[in-house]
Amino acid sequence: MNIETSPIALIVEDEPQIRRFVRMALEGEGWQVHQSETLKRGLIDAGTRTPDLIILDLGLPDGDGIQLIRDVRTWSPVPIVVLSARIDESDKITALDAGADDYLTKPFGIGELLARVRAALRRQHKAGGEASAVFSFGKVAVDLHKRRVERAGEAVHLTPTEYKLLSVLLANVGRVVTAPQLLREVWGPSNADNGHYVRIYMGHLRQKLEDDPAQPRHLLTETAVGYRLQP
Amino acid sequence: MAYHAGMSMFRPSQESNDARPLAKVAAGAGVSLLTAAVGLPLLPLLDLVNVAVLFLLAVVLVAIRLGRAPAAAASLVAFCALVLAAHPADASGFGPGEFRYAVALAVMLAVGWITARLTASLRAQAEGAVRREARTRALYEFARALQPALLTGQVFEITLRFAERTFDARGAVLLPDAAGRLGLPARDAGMPVLSVLDMAAAQWAYDHASAAGAGTATLPGNQYVYLPLSAPMRTRGVLALRLPAHSLPAAPEQRGLLDAFAALAAIALERVHYVEVAQDTEVKMEGERLRNSLLAALSHDLRTPLTGLVGLSESLTLSRPPLQGGQMELATALRDEARRMSTLVANLLDMARIQSGGVRLNLQWQLVEELVGSALRACRWQLGARRIETQMPAALPLVRFDATLLERVLCNLLENAGKYTPPDARITIAADADLEAGVLRLRVLDDGPGLPPGREDALFEKFVRGRQESPIAGVGLGLAICRAIVEAHGGRMRAFNLEEGGACFELELPLGEPPPLPAADIAESQET
Repeated sequence: MNIETSPIALIVEDEPQIRRFVRMALEGEGWQVHQSETLKRGLIDAGTRTPDLIILDLGLPDGDGIQLIRDVRTWSPVPIVVLSARIDESDKITALDAGADDYLTKPFGIGELLARVRAALRRQHKAGGEASAVFSFGKVAVDLHKRRVERAGEAVHLTPTEYKLLSVLLANVGRVVTAPQLLREVWGPSNADNGHYVRIYMGHLRQKLEDDPAQPRHLLTETAVGYRLQP
Repeated sequence: MAYHAGMSMFRPSQESNDARPLAKVAAGAGVSLLTAAVGLPLLPLLDLVNVAVLFLLAVVLVAIRLGRAPAAAASLVAFCALVLAAHPADASGFGPGEFRYAVALAVMLAVGWITARLTASLRAQAEGAVRREARTRALYEFARALQPALLTGQVFEITLRFAERTFDARGAVLLPDAAGRLGLPARDAGMPVLSVLDMAAAQWAYDHASAAGAGTATLPGNQYVYLPLSAPMRTRGVLALRLPAHSLPAAPEQRGLLDAFAALAAIALERVHYVEVAQDTEVKMEGERLRNSLLAALSHDLRTPLTGLVGLSESLTLSRPPLQGGQMELATALRDEARRMSTLVANLLDMARIQSGGVRLNLQWQLVEELVGSALRACRWQLGARRIETQMPAALPLVRFDATLLERVLCNLLENAGKYTPPDARITIAADADLEAGVLRLRVLDDGPGLPPGREDALFEKFVRGRQESPIAGVGLGLAICRAIVEAHGGRMRAFNLEEGGACFELELPLGEPPPLPAADIAESQET
């Protein structure tokens, strides 16, 4: 493996066993991995190693991982995947709104980890290149220029609000968009308390675009955090 | 006078005022006789008019000191003495010449009467001022005594002590229970015994927040007067006082004093109540904080090694070159057990959080379909090849619940289904809204062997009873937490066997009034 060209990942996590298997998983995929045990070390490594990916534990012994997200986001769009406990939904939302790309709830599987990492990288490459006007997921095709949505070749009528919601999800395809962010972008900043709007309209979208709305394959719910459009 | 008399500190002066009027009259006459004894021998030196002025002085003094009747007696004696002095020889003969003495008599009577009246009214005013001052002082001292009281018992003790001192009254403070029924605080042996009738009168005073009993318009025949302890927030109780007959609250001034007294006690009770509330809250908050930090630390300490275990065992299954058959099986089993263990720990921690009352539900208006979807996505792996069906009407109302916790309920039910049904079983998740009963019903059904008959409800209780040995290990905790979560939402949960075979777990969540959509969006949804 050529060290010069392999991408660099930074793991900021205080628990050696978790670091160990995350490192093994990433190395198996051809990453060059650096590890930091503390927030302070992580901040330094993020600056000096110029990683292509950061895996960040939110609960570090010397501070809150969110600090690192805010700091890194001032100068770099590097994908950040956050590791967090199950009950800390508000932490996840804060981390995502601060600029994290994705999160994994502990305990998490390696398959999940690698899928999130790949998705984050794909998004970044896409952001660098030409933005595509035509998206497709499952049987659904969306043409953003013509504002046209088709399912299995047939046109689907979406209301303006539904279309707006779908387009925000498409702009973040593969990534969790928090419910507060969706509310802000679709309904405006004064609707932060109306979380049920998002849920109702996500329901409409699922009814129109999913085969089985109760077992969605693309318009996924991240419980108590937000939504993800899974291509 | 009745009210002032009630103040025990004035009882001696009241008695001296009413003492023996006849003796006073005699004393008045005596003063004039004394004046005559002193003045008449001076007659040769002085003019008669001057001596008459001496008598007038005596009458004025008597009027000031002793009042009207003694002054009149003194005037009469003085008149007789003057007549005798002027005509010692002919005492019986009152000619027209003696008319001037009659004038002198009239003047003396008038002066005596006017002086006595002025004096009496001055004295009454002075006494009134003293009484008002004493009353203010009594209230002030009462207020000051109440100030440092921090316990309800102290307020009672001080109130009753001052009631005795100020009104010469014995009594009791009656406090309401949670339902607003008054009861005697069972603490003081010297407390008077109140009959059922007395308690009814007290209850009336409490309910109507106005005084009842002796000397009031309501139940004046009762031997107690019942004063409601009305504080700014609410009526805190009733003060029952047995007043001496002479100090019944008929007079407005007495009523005023009693009301002020009761108001002071009420405010003190309310203050003490809020002190207790504040202390309780502080203790509760401290307890909650401690519990939460303990649980957070515990959950972190348990989850961290489990995360390592899950990840490392999975790394083993993915290692290259791939493991040999038997090793691979072991590694896979290791990974699955680690995952199960972490579910168990999550359940355990949730249970601890809910049972300790430390859980704050994150209640939001949710779509049931979304809950089912995310639960299936999280727990699908535990169901293997079993077929999964969802039966959900498209127009289910929004329901208010904590999505994370309800997802745990569904996951536990699905996990159970995965454990206790054959691998080719069919699992159905069905939801419907029962608008009549006002509940949303969510069911997880299977076509497996069903539940042990007669023990359907016991399944939920296992954990609560703490009986750890069970023929179906693991069920207790999962279902116990399900029921705890559903009940924390005001819902119910039960399990039963289906007629056609298989088990059914059913949970009901209360339906509420979902919040509206913005007007523009309603128009929009009607358009589709």
